[in-house]
Amino acid sequence: MTQSVRTIALFAMVALLILGTGFLQSWNTALLILNMGLVSAVMALGVNLQWGIAGLFNVGVMGFVALGGLAVVLTSMPPVGAAWAAGGVRVLLALSAGAGLVVAAVYLWKRLRKGWAVAALLLGGFFVYRAILDPAVEAIEAVDPALAGYLGGLGLPVVLAWPVGGLLAAGAAWVIGKTALGLRSDYLAIATLGIAEIVIAVLKNEDWLARGVKNVIGLPRPVPYEVDLQNDPSFVERASGLGLDPTTASTLTVKLGYSLLFAAVLIVLLVLAQLALNSPWGRMMRAIRDNEVSARAMGKDVTARHLQVFVLGSAICGIAGAMMTTLDGQLTPGTYQPLRYTFLIWVMVIVGGSGNNLGAVLGGFLIWFLWVQVEPMGQGLMTLITAGMADGSALKDHLLNSAQHLRLLTMGVILLLVLRFSPRGLLPER
Amino acid sequence: MDLLNAIVALANFVLIPAVAYGSQLALGALGVTLIYGILRFSNFAHGDTMAFGTMVVVLVTWWLQSLGISLGPLPTALLAIPFGIAATAVLVLATDRAVYRFYRKQKAKPVILVIVSIGVMFIYNGLTRVILGPDDQRFADGERFIISAREFKAMTGLSEGLAIRTTQGITVVTAIIVVALLFWFLNRTRTGKSMRAYSDNEDLALLSGINPEKVERVTWLIVAALITVAGVLYGLDKSYKPFTYFQLLLPIFAAAIVGGLGNPLGAILGGFVIAFSEVGITYAWKKVLGYALPDSLAPDSLVQLLSTDYKFAVSFVILVIVLLFKPTGLMKGKAV
Repeated sequence: MTQSVRTIALFAMVALLILGTGFLQSWNTALLILNMGLVSAVMALGVNLQWGIAGLFNVGVMGFVALGGLAVVLTSMPPVGAAWAAGGVRVLLALSAGAGLVVAAVYLWKRLRKGWAVAALLLGGFFVYRAILDPAVEAIEAVDPALAGYLGGLGLPVVLAWPVGGLLAAGAAWVIGKTALGLRSDYLAIATLGIAEIVIAVLKNEDWLARGVKNVIGLPRPVPYEVDLQNDPSFVERASGLGLDPTTASTLTVKLGYSLLFAAVLIVLLVLAQLALNSPWGRMMRAIRDNEVSARAMGKDVTARHLQVFVLGSAICGIAGAMMTTLDGQLTPGTYQPLRYTFLIWVMVIVGGSGNNLGAVLGGFLIWFLWVQVEPMGQGLMTLITAGMADGSALKDHLLNSAQHLRLLTMGVILLLVLRFSPRGLLPER
Repeated sequence: MDLLNAIVALANFVLIPAVAYGSQLALGALGVTLIYGILRFSNFAHGDTMAFGTMVVVLVTWWLQSLGISLGPLPTALLAIPFGIAATAVLVLATDRAVYRFYRKQKAKPVILVIVSIGVMFIYNGLTRVILGPDDQRFADGERFIISAREFKAMTGLSEGLAIRTTQGITVVTAIIVVALLFWFLNRTRTGKSMRAYSDNEDLALLSGINPEKVERVTWLIVAALITVAGVLYGLDKSYKPFTYFQLLLPIFAAAIVGGLGNPLGAILGGFVIAFSEVGITYAWKKVLGYALPDSLAPDSLVQLLSTDYKFAVSFVILVIVLLFKPTGLMKGKAV
C-alpha cells in the first residue's frame, strides 16, 4: 500500500469512527469528539513540529496550553474597572520592575561574571518587587471577591484570543528556550516538565490575574448561544423543516459552528506546516535533527534554529489551548494535568507518526476518539466481569468505579504496542 | 533565651522537615541515578513505580491491621515493606523483560527509551488507580510523636516547642540504613563492583566477562527496593496519593541531576539541596526572625519568599541554575 492510499484509508477510518458514534450514540457526542479532536490535532501539530521535525523533547505542552487558556481570559473578558482602580497600575509597575530586574541581573552577569553580586541583586530586587506587588494584589483581590477579584481582560472579541494565546506561549517558549535549549535532550525534558508545573502553579495562585482556582466562567463565545437560537422563530422553523426539535438543533448548530472555526484553524496551520516541512527550511531542520554535528559543520546555526522551532511549536500549542478554553467556556486551572495535556499529546504524535504532519493530525483524532470511547468500553468490560458477583459487594463497586481509569492503561498499551511493532507510527515520515 | 527559641523554631519548622523530606528525595533520586547510570535512560515511570510499590504496602498494611498485627509504637507499614518491595520487583522485572529489553537489544537511542518509559508510566498509573483508586489514603499508625511540642516545652521551659514525629525519625533512620547497605553493596560485593564497572564503561565490563543481564536485573531489584522504601516513608510522613507521587518526579529528577546523574553520592547531596531550598524558601520566617533579631528590627510581614504552592518552582530554578553553571551537576555525573 502506498503512503497516500494508506493516509486516505486511515483518515477515512477515523471519519467512520466519528460518524459511527453519531449514528450509534448521538450526534452531540460525535461533534464533541470531533471538536476536541480538532483541538488535539492542532496540539499534536505543534509537538510534531518540535519533536518530529526538529527532535526537541518538550514535555511542557500542558504549560503552553494553559497559557493559551489564560490568553482567552485576558483578551475577551470585560475589564474590572474597580480592580484596575484599586491596583492595576501598581501591578503593571511591579511586573515591569520584575522584568527589569531579570534583565539587569543577566546584564550584570555578562559584565561582571560574579555570582554573588547577581544573587544579591536578585534577592534584594525580589523583596522590592514583592513590596510593590503585594499591596496591589491584596487590593485587587478584595474587589468583589465572589464574582471578580481580578483585573479582568480587554473585552475584545474572543477569536482574537487565539493568536494572542499563541503569542503568549511563544513569549514563554522564547524565555525557556534561551535558558534550556543548550541542554541535553533529557535535561530539556525535565526543564519543560518543570516549566509546565510552574505555569499551572501561577495560574492557580495568582488570583489577581485570572481568579486562580476560583475559575473564570462564562467566557464570551464566537458562536451564538443555544437559548438565543431557540428563541429565534426562523431557526425553529428551519429546524422543524429538518425534522429536529429546537433544543437538539441548537446544540448541534453551536457545536458545528465550533467545528467549522477549529477546522479552519487546523487547515491553515496544516498547510503552513506542510509548506514549511517541504521548504529548504524544513530540510535543514531535519538535517539538524538527523545529524547535528554535520549540520553545524555545514554552517547551520543549530541553537538559533532550535530556538526558532521551539517557539513556533509552542505557539501552536498555545493557539490550541486558547481554542480549547473557548470551547469549554471557562478557565479552570485545577483541571490541567500532565498526563492529559502533555503525555497524551505525545501519544498522539508517536502513534500518528512523528515527523509526518498528517500523521500527527491523524493521531490527534484517533487517540482522542479512543480516550473518550475507552471509558464506556471499560464500563462495559467491568460490567461483564462483575456480572457474576453479588450486588452491593465491595469488590463489584470498586471494579465498576475503577473502569474510568482503564483509559490510562489503554493509552500506555497502545503507545507501547505502536513503539514496538510500528515504531515510526501509523503514517511514517517519508 | 530568645536565640535558643529561634534555634528551636528553626529546627522545628525547617531543619527537621527538610531532613526528612531530603532523605525521601535522596532515596528516590538514587533510583533515578542507578537506572541512568546502568540502563542509560531517564525513567519517567519512576514516580508511578513509587506509587505502585506504596500502594502494595498500603494494602498489606490494612490486611495486617485487620489481623491485629502491629509493631506497637512503630507504624505497621514497616512490616509490610518487604511485600511491597517484592511486588514492585516482580513488576519492574516483568516490565524490563517485556518492554525495555527489546530496545536494549536494538541499541535504541536513550530518548526512545524515555518515550517507552512514558508508555510504562501510563500503564503503572492506570494500574494503581484501578487497584486502589486515585484518592488520598492514610495508613500510618503507632505513636505519633517521639517528642511532642508540649513535652519539649515542659522539659526545657522554652516558649517554642520542638516536635519530632515518629515518621520523621523513622525516615531518617531507615534512609541511613538503606543508603549504608547500598554503598556497602556497591563497594564491597562482587555484583556491586560489576555494576559500577558496567556503569563506568560498558564495553570494557563486557570484555571482562560481566554478565549484562545479571547487572540489569540486580539494578531493577535495587531500584524496586529503594523506590518502595522512599514511597512508604513519604506516605507515612505526609500522605499517600498517586497523583502526588507522579508529581514527585520533578523534585526527584531535580535532585538526581543537581547532584550529577549517575553519581549515587551526588543523588543524596542533591536530595538534601532540593529539600532544604524548598522548605527554606516556602517557610514563613517571621517567627524565627522575631526571636533572632532585636525587637526594633522584627519583621511585620510573614517573610515568606514564595507560597508553598510554588515549591516546584524552587526545585526547578535550582535545577536550571546548576545546569547552566555546572552542567554535569555538583558532583561530577556522566553524560550519555
